[in-house]
Amino acid sequence: MRNPSLAPPINRGLILRDFPKAEDTPTVQDTNENDTNWVALMVRVRDQRDKTAFAALFTHFAPRIKGFLINSGADAPLAEECAQDVMTTLWHKAAQFDPARASVATWIFTIARNRRIDMLRRQRRPEPDDLTWGPAPEPDQADVLALQQETASLSVAMAALPAPQRDLIEKAYFKDLSQSEIAKITGLPLGTIKSRLRLALDRLRHAMK
Amino acid sequence: MTIKHHLPDATLLGYSAGTLPEAFNLIVAAHVSLCDACRAGVESYDALGGALLNEANDSSMAPTSLETALRRLDDTRAPTPTTQGGVFPAALQDYVGGDLASVKWRAMGMGVKQAVLPTSSAATARLLMIPEGAAMPDHTHNGTEMTLVLQGAFDDADGHFARGDIDVADAAVTHTPVASKGADCICLVVTDAPLRFTAWLPRVLQRIIGI
Repeated sequence: MRNPSLAPPINRGLILRDFPKAEDTPTVQDTNENDTNWVALMVRVRDQRDKTAFAALFTHFAPRIKGFLINSGADAPLAEECAQDVMTTLWHKAAQFDPARASVATWIFTIARNRRIDMLRRQRRPEPDDLTWGPAPEPDQADVLALQQETASLSVAMAALPAPQRDLIEKAYFKDLSQSEIAKITGLPLGTIKSRLRLALDRLRHAMK
Repeated sequence: MTIKHHLPDATLLGYSAGTLPEAFNLIVAAHVSLCDACRAGVESYDALGGALLNEANDSSMAPTSLETALRRLDDTRAPTPTTQGGVFPAALQDYVGGDLASVKWRAMGMGVKQAVLPTSSAATARLLMIPEGAAMPDHTHNGTEMTLVLQGAFDDADGHFARGDIDVADAAVTHTPVASKGADCICLVVTDAPLRFTAWLPRVLQRIIGI
């Protein structure tokens, strides 16, 4: 019987969990450490209204938001203005940031996406009801760390994707991809991160009872 | 509340990416307000968006941009109050202008009523009220139809649907939802193409009442 590891590669589509885990990849340590720092800075903005922390977040994220909006079809001056807005929204809505449910990049992404819908389509964006309890005042540090680690491994897995598959994901977020095309990328990656978030939501509901 | 019928992943991803028509964004927001499983799904796709943002090519900001931003931090903005705890999730209340009592219904015959909500024309969102025990006319669609139960319940070929459940039907499906006894069934229905009724009379009605 032949050794399965020598079998020719099969096309598995976009099942990211087959990609290298965090510990195999030298870059993840940096990503993770950086992201932990972003969380600490964001918490200082949220709890202490710390403008130095805000400046550090701005310097790192504003150029990325601008690049993201340009990818989505905005011209440079508009993208610049919107990146400014996104960062000031981050300041004003900081109380909603919950590190047990999102990394700083994820949270900024949601603000930037809503700004993009407003800017390119002139539409409002219907949002789900807030969870009535808001962020837990003292979220479990293990939850925070685990979520940040999963987010970091997601980045690593995505960076390791073959170019055509990565392109497909980028198209799904930056262009209008049809639902059947999108269905090709939802076999996807998010198994563990999804159950982690589900667990966090269940715990929060339970704690409120 | 146990929700048995969920949104497809492709729709959750489209919502997270911000590429769905406005009417579909509305039904996703309403369902996710009631369903933790799909909320976790959306937040997972948000994480994928965050990863893309993190790796976006930097595009350098104007040298004065940080100063400008710091100046604007002192502008205070009142938080928008949200109304939660009604029959309708807050996102839907924004479109109706209030909860159930504020809906401006139009009669469609046989006790069925509807109210079309103001969204972009790429897809249509409407509230539908089917009296308890009554049936919707048989219909198929050219595109996708999603139905979210907000009050009461209905049964169709796909099963039993109660508050929070979402029924997804495509062009292949001909279905006749029947509202359960107990309460009038109120649903949010979103379509990306007009319904096609299979009987002749409703087709004429369709032209008149605009569904």
